[in-house]
Amino acid sequence: MLNRKRKRESGDIDGSSLADIAFLLLIFFLVVTTIDVDTGIGLVLPPIPDDIEPPPVRERNLMNILVNERGMVLINEQPAAIATVRERVKEFIDNNGVDPELSESPDDAIVSIKTDRRTPYNIYIDMLDEVMGAYEELRHAASMERFGVPFSSLEQGSERRAEIQEMYPKKISIAEPDEG
Amino acid sequence: MSKFKKKQANTKQGVPTSAMPDVVFMLLIFFMVTTVLREVELQVQIDYAVAENIEKIEQKRLVSYIYIGPERLGGGRLGETRVQIDDALVDDINAIRNIMYDKLMEQPRLIVSLRVDRDSEFGVITDVQQELRQAGTLRINYSTRRQI
Repeated sequence: MLNRKRKRESGDIDGSSLADIAFLLLIFFLVVTTIDVDTGIGLVLPPIPDDIEPPPVRERNLMNILVNERGMVLINEQPAAIATVRERVKEFIDNNGVDPELSESPDDAIVSIKTDRRTPYNIYIDMLDEVMGAYEELRHAASMERFGVPFSSLEQGSERRAEIQEMYPKKISIAEPDEG
Repeated sequence: MSKFKKKQANTKQGVPTSAMPDVVFMLLIFFMVTTVLREVELQVQIDYAVAENIEKIEQKRLVSYIYIGPERLGGGRLGETRVQIDDALVDDINAIRNIMYDKLMEQPRLIVSLRVDRDSEFGVITDVQQELRQAGTLRINYSTRRQI
């Protein structure tokens, strides 16, 4: 029997530096990563009218919110504070024909926001946020009453969510501003 | 020699590190997947507005961005409010409708995300929105940060 003299060298690659390489890459990606702000307020603009008269809207179904360049608010020609807007909008939408001054049903209610050309953007966003908040609270209340779960926990695109959305459709109109 | 030898545990000391590369790789892959390399060079200064009732944009592929804010000049100075789409500042507001129309043809379910500086005047945004209406890109989103 022949005795093998040389010990066979192991064919493995040394793996101890693998961790170092991985760490280096990890640190690179950690530094480069920017977690992007991809959140915001969604809205659908109205299409350009093709010379068709818009359907008449009864005055009680329209809530006019006017904001000037200093952040002062008029609701249906009455001055109001920005903090009270949410409650006013909720009352207006959820009236269901009780008060003859307010909307006939949530489906008919239209909230119109109008600003000056010189209104700062963040005041406009605050305003829009309040109106969105009012809709969100109404939807939340309806969802709790009907299904016993908060609206935010209903799955995107589910039947239940669509049902609540249909109960309180967001009808927000952004009017063209006056020259100011 | 003492009769009472101290009993010692037979286990080895030290944490086994053989699984460390796996852990690190897992983290690495997570960050590689979530990383968005900034694809446009911002030429306008944007300080986002803050809002409470915001939603996430789920499908990033559908989104196209329009940046509105004061132009960045050299030395940290800021100029007039300008509109930037992709890599270029837009000189003529009326050109937006063509740019956006082309984008809409490529992606029919386009969402336009408006990234606007909080101190911009609303007049500019209205002009842009009118252009978007002309182009037919009606789904928009005002980028805002969550209120903390």
